[in-house]
Amino acid sequence: MGSQGGFGQSKEFLDLVKSIGEARSKAEEDRIVLNEIEALKRRISEPDVPKRKMKEFIIRLVYIEMLGHDASFGYIHAVKMTHDDNLVLKRTGYLAVTLFLNEDHDLIILIVNTIQKDLKSDNYLVVCAALNAVCKLINEETIPAVLPRVVELLGHSKEAVRKKAIMALHRFYQKSASSVQHLVSNFRKKLCDNDPGVMGATLCPLCDLITIDVNSYKDLVISFVSILKQVAEHRLPRSYDHHQMPAPFIQIRLLKILALLGSGDKQASENMYTVVGDIFRKCDSSSNIGNAVLYECICCVSSVYPNPKLLESAADVVARFLKSDSHNLKYMGIDALGRLIKTSPEIAEQHQLAVIDCLEDPDDTLKRKTFELLYKMTKSSNVEVIVDRMIDYMISINDNHYKTEIASRCVELAEQFAPSNHWFIQTMNKVFEHAGDLVNIKVAHNLMRLIAEGFGEDDDNADSHLRSSAVESYLWIIGEPKLPAVFLQVICWVLGEYGTEDGKFSASYITGKLCDVAEAYSNDETVKAYAITALMKIYAFEIAARRKVDMLPECQSLIEELLASHSTDLQQRAYELQAIIGLDAQAVEIIMPSDASCEDIEIDKNLSFLSGYVQQALEKGARPYIPEIEHSGMAAISNFRTQELQESSLQGLRFEAYELPKPTVSSRIPAVSPASSTELVPVPELSYPRNTQKVASLPSISRSDPSELRLQLDGVQRKWGRPSYSSSETSTSSSVPDKTVNGVTKLVDAAGAINTRTHYTSYDSRKGQVEISPEKQKLAASLFGGSSKTERQTSATGHKAGKVGSHVAEKPQVSKGVDRSATEKIVAQPQPDLLDLGEPTVSSGAPSYDPFKQLEGLLDSSQVTPSVNHNEAGSDKAPDILGLHSETAGSGSGSGADASLSSGLSNLTIKNAHEGTITSYSTQFSKGPNTKDALEKDALVRQMGVTPTHQNPNLFKDLLG
Amino acid sequence: MIRSVMVMNTQGKPRLAKFYDFQPVERQQELIRSVFGALSSRAENASNFIEADLIFGPGTRLVYKHYATLYFVLIFDSSENELAMLDLIQVFVETLDKCFKNVCELDIFYNYSKMHTILDEIIFGGQVLETSSTEVIKAVEEISKLETASNAITLVSKSVSSWRSR
Repeated sequence: MGSQGGFGQSKEFLDLVKSIGEARSKAEEDRIVLNEIEALKRRISEPDVPKRKMKEFIIRLVYIEMLGHDASFGYIHAVKMTHDDNLVLKRTGYLAVTLFLNEDHDLIILIVNTIQKDLKSDNYLVVCAALNAVCKLINEETIPAVLPRVVELLGHSKEAVRKKAIMALHRFYQKSASSVQHLVSNFRKKLCDNDPGVMGATLCPLCDLITIDVNSYKDLVISFVSILKQVAEHRLPRSYDHHQMPAPFIQIRLLKILALLGSGDKQASENMYTVVGDIFRKCDSSSNIGNAVLYECICCVSSVYPNPKLLESAADVVARFLKSDSHNLKYMGIDALGRLIKTSPEIAEQHQLAVIDCLEDPDDTLKRKTFELLYKMTKSSNVEVIVDRMIDYMISINDNHYKTEIASRCVELAEQFAPSNHWFIQTMNKVFEHAGDLVNIKVAHNLMRLIAEGFGEDDDNADSHLRSSAVESYLWIIGEPKLPAVFLQVICWVLGEYGTEDGKFSASYITGKLCDVAEAYSNDETVKAYAITALMKIYAFEIAARRKVDMLPECQSLIEELLASHSTDLQQRAYELQAIIGLDAQAVEIIMPSDASCEDIEIDKNLSFLSGYVQQALEKGARPYIPEIEHSGMAAISNFRTQELQESSLQGLRFEAYELPKPTVSSRIPAVSPASSTELVPVPELSYPRNTQKVASLPSISRSDPSELRLQLDGVQRKWGRPSYSSSETSTSSSVPDKTVNGVTKLVDAAGAINTRTHYTSYDSRKGQVEISPEKQKLAASLFGGSSKTERQTSATGHKAGKVGSHVAEKPQVSKGVDRSATEKIVAQPQPDLLDLGEPTVSSGAPSYDPFKQLEGLLDSSQVTPSVNHNEAGSDKAPDILGLHSETAGSGSGSGADASLSSGLSNLTIKNAHEGTITSYSTQFSKGPNTKDALEKDALVRQMGVTPTHQNPNLFKDLLG
Repeated sequence: MIRSVMVMNTQGKPRLAKFYDFQPVERQQELIRSVFGALSSRAENASNFIEADLIFGPGTRLVYKHYATLYFVLIFDSSENELAMLDLIQVFVETLDKCFKNVCELDIFYNYSKMHTILDEIIFGGQVLETSSTEVIKAVEEISKLETASNAITLVSKSVSSWRSR
């Protein structure tokens, strides 16, 4: 047995280890360990355990904890052991505590004193043990306790101690840079230590420091270069050689530092060329560590100011790596190639075959690295091949994390380099089909927007061609089972918007498909909502085109089902559909103009179309509108409620900043307030929470409900917000004020707007020449060809059957300069229901505050970013009591009104807290109806003359005489 | 910086685990398990590198080497060089081999604390401290010499004191 030199363990321990080693199952192992824990617990707390025995117990505890069991009952004994004077025991104690405790553990405070004492010990081994513990156990607060002594140790006579002291100081720096900031000069000083080991140790902290602040270390370039030169020339003592390489770890560190210092600095770089060139020449490429140094040289060369000679040597090394049989070297070669192509893209071409080999290698690590390389070298000439490859790989793997990553890369490349709309749509279809649930929802939005707007060319033909090819491909895909929800949403939207546009497919065919979707995914409300809105659009277009609408029976039954849906959203959409079908062509044409998803809506900010109505109301004696400033001034004084907040925020009429349809709500005010809320605005909200509100305020209750409901839907928000691209989905059946374009997509803000990047799809016809030609070379040609100078063979047949797209070859040598930036549009979110209110007559006699519409408006408004409008943010968030203060504070920008608003909010918070509704939103949601019930009850009880509440003491007086 | 060193056998039983950033016990087990999961799915002739983003967070990589019944694993971040780390495993194993004369799995778990001593001489606070196995052995032997000496003293003093107290 190999136990010698004081590391021996007792037979007991060996038996334990052995029995665990022989355990057949995890359960058996656990049983053994639990027994052991029991035994240890008992024995460790016995009085007068001999120290040697105790040491063994501690080791057993460490062992147990490594196996995943809790050994915390013994921590204190390990701590005690560090106090021992005996070196063995002390070391064991330190070992145990460094493994057991984290730096913030309560027991650390018991150790700090010992560490301080040990750092001063004469025995350097004790000092080393203490330094080791320092690295692991000292946190920001305790650093000052040991820092002075550690700094003193930088001058210790033993180089081992100096080395460890530097590393401990480095550790302090990592943990809390500020507490050792004044000491960083020590690292510079120690660079000149006469022990090469100590010098090597200082390179680690210096590397960190240089990463943060390159410029203050430029003066060291010469020193680093000369150190590297000496090391490379074997000037260090023999003992620093490692596999015949002179101090390779020091060389690696130095090369890393030089790469940092020389990056983008021609002058500094010039100092380095000679020494790096020397290393390239001298380095032994047969050993592992030699290759590590070579790899580091390549990194350095690719990072510093480019030098043709060095790049050449680097390329040679890369070639050697890639040709090697070792997978490790291939991996490093691919990685190095990825670095080099940044400065000299032509290098990749020489290695095309090797790269393709790596791509087909069974080793997953290597494959992924290669995909990373391909991603880096994608350009418009090879995007099709690369993305096709990526998608194939994406389909073949199960690892969701990596699948997501590769899917988003595909999307990114496709968006950036897509050679044609058709290809783009096909690619996106594939990505969605196979990783739809993993990609960001924004990707779907971008796709919809792209289909709606086209690629930005002014060529309408191309756009409509794009759309019809999208529709066609979707109709084909839609039958596939189990499509991801995101993809279905895109499909539904596109079919609704453009399904019947080119006349290829009949409305009944498309509606049939949409009904199938709604039925097949009946538990996904969002998909259903998309489907029903698409149906609505198709019927609306049919009506507008004055064709007879024959509703399919399954569609009829779907609508009926949704009319009774539990989801108010679906219900609303179904009602809207029903209403639209009943309208005549002219009205429908105005409500749902075809292909208007990209039109701008002009908003009449003065709401001049309402002035007649307002005038009328005023004449009837309604109270005039109170401007925001006065209003919120008042509000600050009184304790006010959610509802009032809403009102006051609405009065802001800040249309410009809204991304989303909040304007809807605000336009409502003039309509509402004259009618019912004359006395509502100032005070009554106050009493609302106490259920003593007059019945007159009920409408307002129903209004505030939606805002509370909104919070419950937090997770759903995005889905609801989606109509940003197609507000037609939320369009309602009501009439149209001024210039309403219902069913219109507006790009709200430039930021969210489509990719504004300029997009040049230039088809470089010059493709790599193929000489040795198996399939692989064709692939290589399509991958790397773009950069080659020779004319590429344009045989379309050569590409890997179907898989590797032959598009490249087929492409005419057109250079299509597509400038997308021109198409950037500034868009406002149309809020259909906002517009409804303009003409109350059409809304079929419903009260102008239809809760559903308001609900919808509120939900949509939830997308408005808080920073856009703090008032609104406040009102939206009012029920979110916990987050309230911080959020309003964050978004409020300091106007007096805002301040008073948030103070109002905090009052509200407190109130709500009193009511005990702090945490449960659902309670709040049900409050509306409850209030109503309570009010009714209250009224009834009063009528009967008995109100047993202390709120009405007078009643009791009456009763009791 | 090196994040962690693990030695485990081919059945996934940990033989040595050291984390240079503190990890709670449960998390340690989880990490060991997921590392073993990643290792066991590797082909024989594949490279020795694995991207460990999923296990240890973005940018981390894992280098392993398979010796007989044992896996030696190093996990580190982007500031280290994979090939160099592979070599460091080599250094560690060479040192163990010299210490135990033909090291085997038994030596490793029977000499648990010695393993830690050796490792501490090679990697210190997550940074490479020493790469020469002869230097490491020298340091370890010095420690063991002192330890035996002090052990002997305690043994004597113990027996003396117990004899006295009688």
